[in-house]
Amino acid sequence: MDAKTYQQTVDQIAPKRPVLKNCMTAFLTGGIICGIGQIVSFVYMYFFPFTERTASNPTVSTMVFFAMVLTGLGVYKKIGQFGGAGSAVPVTGFGNAVISAAIEHKTEGFILGVGGNMFKLAGSVIVYGVFSAFVVALIKTILVQMGVISW
Amino acid sequence: MKSARTYQFTSKPSIVSTAVAVGPLEKQSPFHPHFDHVYEDERFGQDTNEKGHAHLIEETCKLAIMKGGFQTTDIDLFLGGDLVNQMTPTNFAARELATPFMGMFSACATSVSSLITASFFLESNQMERILFGSASQHNSVERQFRYPIEYGAQKPPTGQWTVTGAGYGILSHNQSDKPYVHSATIGQVIDCECTDPLDMGSAMAPAAFDTIQYHLSQNKGTAYDFVMTGDLGKTGLAILQELIRTSGVSSYLVDNYRDSGAEFYGNDDKFLSGASGSGCSASVYYGPIYAELLKKQWKKILLVATGALLSPLSFQQGESIPCIAHAVELTME
Repeated sequence: MDAKTYQQTVDQIAPKRPVLKNCMTAFLTGGIICGIGQIVSFVYMYFFPFTERTASNPTVSTMVFFAMVLTGLGVYKKIGQFGGAGSAVPVTGFGNAVISAAIEHKTEGFILGVGGNMFKLAGSVIVYGVFSAFVVALIKTILVQMGVISW
Repeated sequence: MKSARTYQFTSKPSIVSTAVAVGPLEKQSPFHPHFDHVYEDERFGQDTNEKGHAHLIEETCKLAIMKGGFQTTDIDLFLGGDLVNQMTPTNFAARELATPFMGMFSACATSVSSLITASFFLESNQMERILFGSASQHNSVERQFRYPIEYGAQKPPTGQWTVTGAGYGILSHNQSDKPYVHSATIGQVIDCECTDPLDMGSAMAPAAFDTIQYHLSQNKGTAYDFVMTGDLGKTGLAILQELIRTSGVSSYLVDNYRDSGAEFYGNDDKFLSGASGSGCSASVYYGPIYAELLKKQWKKILLVATGALLSPLSFQQGESIPCIAHAVELTME
């Protein structure tokens, strides 16, 4: 069987990813998660001595905590199947990636299992997140030095 | 008797007993009345998924031996396999069973490749009883091939769900009241350059088609009640039917193509394209299908187990997914 003609058969018959529906559910899910994040942020600003700028750190931690609880209860994977990118892109998705790997590898012990595998999915987020932050900071520093923009 | 890839077994070895055990989720399966044991715990009371997997294999094998009225010491050889790295669940179960053992790996086609191999051993007349079959456990297989169980990745509609289940049988010399292995076709590895590990049905359909086409061409004039593939799922089965429709194989005396993966969880959309795993075909073939053969509801069927021969490493390195399908023809007189 010729692979090329076979791929055409597959394209005709295999169901496609429902891209439009996935976009809509991702928009909805991501929106709800960010809405909850905003509420958490307001709580830190109104009931605790945080400013809009400093509230972001405890907000992120709280959202990761929520993701941790939902992952442990087996709910986050269901949200993920519905929401797709909407639940993967916010920081809760990062939390889910870390925590699901930690739960998974607990049977191999805390050092080689949990410690060694916790960031096996989220590791690339950290690597490329830190690297892109460095590049952006470098560009901004150069532009400031040249007097194009100011801090 | 030999005809290139198809072999006919003149001694007509019979499957004298079988046993199937599954996990809690598999209770939903329309086949579940034919499962011998439905466990309530997906780890089977063990502290790791892999131990649970080994326990499932061990208990199902013991049940198959017991149902046949045998002891483990009566078993001349145990042929089996699973999908976990180095097949530790099967190896560890074989340690407990303490029978002569040879591990087999044909991915999800092990359910049939072990039966074919067992048939050859019996044909040589040097053995009396061979235990064969395969198993899979959802968590231990998914974590190896895909993401952590609790990771919220979105599966496409072509995705499949690995079955927690085990199906084992005992093959012995011909018994007139038991179904026997008439013939078998050994599959070739077929690669149609599919690369999506979340669409195994499309990758495996050409391998199933190749084996079915070859087997039917060697057995022209034989009427089959049905041909049942292993775990193509709804997507793969639809593609297989299209390949058959456009190729002329449909002129053979088969008009009923089924797939155990597509039927395993009924029409529940939650399972997307259906079930997969080496326990999928094994628990359907050696559970409900065997039971119906015993009742003489079916007389002649062709079982074609399909396997995707990929590893997480080969997929990450950009390799395509080579696939295989082995066929065995069972007859009940």
